[in-house]
Amino acid sequence: MEIELTVNGRQVAAEVEPQVLLLDFLRDELDLTGAKRSCDVQVCGTCTVLVDDAPVSACTYLAHEAHGRSVLTIEGFARHADFGRYAEAFERHAALQCGYCTPGFLLTIKSLADAGELRSEDEIRHGLDGNICRCTGYRAILDAAREIAGVGR
Amino acid sequence: MSVESPQAATPLAPAAPAVPEAPVRPEEVGARRVRKDAREKLSGQAQYVGDMEMPGMLIGKVLRSDVPHARIVAVDASEAEAMRGVVAVLTGEDLGDLDHPYFGHAIKDRPVIAIGRVRFHGEPVAAVAAVDEATADAAIRTIVVEYEELPVLDSLDRALAGDAPLLHDGPVVPGLFHGLGTLPERDGNVGYRYTLSAGDVSAASDAADIVVEGEYTFPAVYQYAMETHATIADFKPGAITLWANCQHPFLTQAEIADLFGVPTGEVRVVVPYLGGGFGSKSYTKMEPLTVALSRKAGRPVKIANRVDESMVTSRRHGMKCWMRTTAMADGTLLTREARFWMDTGAYADNGPRVTATAADAAPGPYRWEAVHVDASCVYCTTAPSGSYRAFGATHLQWIGESQIDEVARRAGIDRVELRRRALVVPGEPVRPDGTGKPLDADLVGDVEQVAQAIGWGQPRGEWRGRGVSVGLLAAGAHPVSRASVRMTADGSVEVNVGTTEVGQGARTVMAQIAAQELGCSSDRVTVHGADTRFTPYDRSTGASRSTTLAGKAVQNAAGNVAARLRESAAEAFGVDPSDVSLVDGHAVAGTERLDFPDVIAQRFGFRGGEIIEGGEVRPTGGKTGSYAEGPVFWEVCVAGVELELDPETGMIELLRTATVADVGKAINPQLVERQDEGATLQGLGNALFEEMVFVDGLLINDSLLEYRVPRIADLPGEMTSIVVENADGPGPYGAKGCGEGALAALPAAIVNALADAGVPMNELPLTPERVWLRLQELNANEEEAV
Repeated sequence: MEIELTVNGRQVAAEVEPQVLLLDFLRDELDLTGAKRSCDVQVCGTCTVLVDDAPVSACTYLAHEAHGRSVLTIEGFARHADFGRYAEAFERHAALQCGYCTPGFLLTIKSLADAGELRSEDEIRHGLDGNICRCTGYRAILDAAREIAGVGR
Repeated sequence: MSVESPQAATPLAPAAPAVPEAPVRPEEVGARRVRKDAREKLSGQAQYVGDMEMPGMLIGKVLRSDVPHARIVAVDASEAEAMRGVVAVLTGEDLGDLDHPYFGHAIKDRPVIAIGRVRFHGEPVAAVAAVDEATADAAIRTIVVEYEELPVLDSLDRALAGDAPLLHDGPVVPGLFHGLGTLPERDGNVGYRYTLSAGDVSAASDAADIVVEGEYTFPAVYQYAMETHATIADFKPGAITLWANCQHPFLTQAEIADLFGVPTGEVRVVVPYLGGGFGSKSYTKMEPLTVALSRKAGRPVKIANRVDESMVTSRRHGMKCWMRTTAMADGTLLTREARFWMDTGAYADNGPRVTATAADAAPGPYRWEAVHVDASCVYCTTAPSGSYRAFGATHLQWIGESQIDEVARRAGIDRVELRRRALVVPGEPVRPDGTGKPLDADLVGDVEQVAQAIGWGQPRGEWRGRGVSVGLLAAGAHPVSRASVRMTADGSVEVNVGTTEVGQGARTVMAQIAAQELGCSSDRVTVHGADTRFTPYDRSTGASRSTTLAGKAVQNAAGNVAARLRESAAEAFGVDPSDVSLVDGHAVAGTERLDFPDVIAQRFGFRGGEIIEGGEVRPTGGKTGSYAEGPVFWEVCVAGVELELDPETGMIELLRTATVADVGKAINPQLVERQDEGATLQGLGNALFEEMVFVDGLLINDSLLEYRVPRIADLPGEMTSIVVENADGPGPYGAKGCGEGALAALPAAIVNALADAGVPMNELPLTPERVWLRLQELNANEEEAV
């Protein structure tokens, strides 16, 4: 299938098999390996990318579904002016360890913060419940997200 | 066994023996430095094995057994071999030229790929290397395997039954790194047995007024590192190269060399960032199969497991245990006995070590009149079990500590008070037989701190409970680590050390240690990933050993570089080297001052050259190679929990948790806290809901849809990580390891808190169903009694 989409602000045209997952398309065809494979069943969130600003699990999202849409991966977000604020909050709270889940968390937080859906700690906990981190114990991520969203304790 | 190092384990010790009283400033060690790898990981640039590609690389896929135990009658791979895009198909028949195509660092019992028989559901039977994943996937589906099924021994009871068939026969072939002294012969399906005995238990328990006895069950669980096992292997005559997400690159290198009959130096293992390990990537896992497939294909091959495949590559041992504790009416402890059986699955992996470490943890750090522990490591037709964070201690601490609580209850003593009286104190032997390292931590102080953090002694509502737990984990493994530190002509510093960055922050901590010794900022220091071709030897990344042992080697190496800098500066200044200090990237003596590039230019007479020095840590004494002579240090496992039980549903909510990181000296306190918070959540998962379920030998919950790990919503209401720094460790600045203890301590504190709320349990995990049923049972007993 012929698809055309925007990835990190750039126009991309490609020929893909209908069953190709967005995750494999990004990683194998575009060499964008920031989105990681883990659970393959849309539970862990390591493969999170934004499609038209909404978080999706690229492990269960077909590449051709992104036709005509705009995809943002961590590589693209890392070039945004706003990224520094996110990165500094994660650094300050040491909200990452192995780093495998980190891009997924950042993109989920960005999407929810931009949509104004991180107004309280409860909303943060609810919003991040689809991203699993096995290293940090979450508290530091919660603290970093709170700082990014401007939510007090 | 003690650790030899030229330096005393005192805080801010001088850098090298030849240079007395080197002034060092404390701003690197003890500072909350930002992780060195933060930006790389945050921006998605950090490379993991799955992200890497090599020229000409093929993708490997593995056909795994769909039966738990069977003889392989025939494998027909002809269709796969004929498929366009398939380069090689590997089966057990391709290994005939290897002397012993079985591996295992403890016991060489695991075939590179099944040879004539499968012993667990998910065992590799055939592997395909093809031009892409889709082709490899399609090809393995065409392979037809004919099995003749054999009895399923999917539980300890079945494997231990008198008429159970033997899963392994023939002589025990010891692996290269078992650390267990002389390995005993098998006894039926018991692959390894460990006994710990001191005093006469039956005589000492004669006087007992209190006897607490029970049977307990611990579940098999999966480490669930977010990144699965992944390896790229490139087999060429005279050079085998692996890019692997292994925790122990040098042990893997040695095992691959041994297996394929080549000199160690012909095997190169390169380790990029790991997406978590927790023990699942310790020792050798998928590397032999990937190398064998590359050997057959004649090209580099990548095999990256899916989650269901990694779940049967390594997991934590399930266990059943009987334990009895006796005491006097006033709570004075008399005896402890334990018998337990570990389900090591089809192959030993790290089972013998897990079993021995569990036995070490069984008595708990108390003074006993007599102790007897009998531990068995049992082969079953289930996926192999290996290391998982705080292994052994996690298995036994909740059992031992629940019995200590019960003794206190029956003696009418506060549970913290009983521990205050009975815990061993610093300098006292930990092992009841008096062997090994005496206690090197203040356990009473630690447990008092967690008790205070969870509101011990304050009034509590109905269905609320509080519990504490105390234990020790034999840590450090074999104390051999080397490192090198290099300062280039521009004054920048490279640290080469074999510790793998698995998420714990090793690169940051090593940079801080080197910077401290060199009197410069850690911003100047780069710490490389392990590459066995260039990196000095380090035994392993595990057993909480890196900061203590590899960190000591880095400290020694950096101290030696500092000594060279002082020599050259002293020459320039015309003073004695002992009068030169290294401060802020400068060599200073009185009013004389040179920056490091100028010192190096002074040494070599031009703007080039470098200073490169090594550092070493090795054991003294210890003739048998058994860790029983150790450990390097005792890792403290102390936690407290306050919880609330919903009696209608059996659901447990953790209101407050507190853990202790008794680290001697925190090189980076923030990273220490993160370690304990991570371990707390893993302990919560292990205690409350994680469990691998085998039915008829088949693992039925092999995906994250059915195997639940903690999410952010599970975060305890309040989570306190207490960092204790008594400078009582053998590592740099008095440091000792951390990050595992909380995982052993938390389930035990949860079990004790739940008993305090009214529901004593003897089976993990504490699922709502189990807790609710137990509560109904207790209510029924109560009504009967009335």
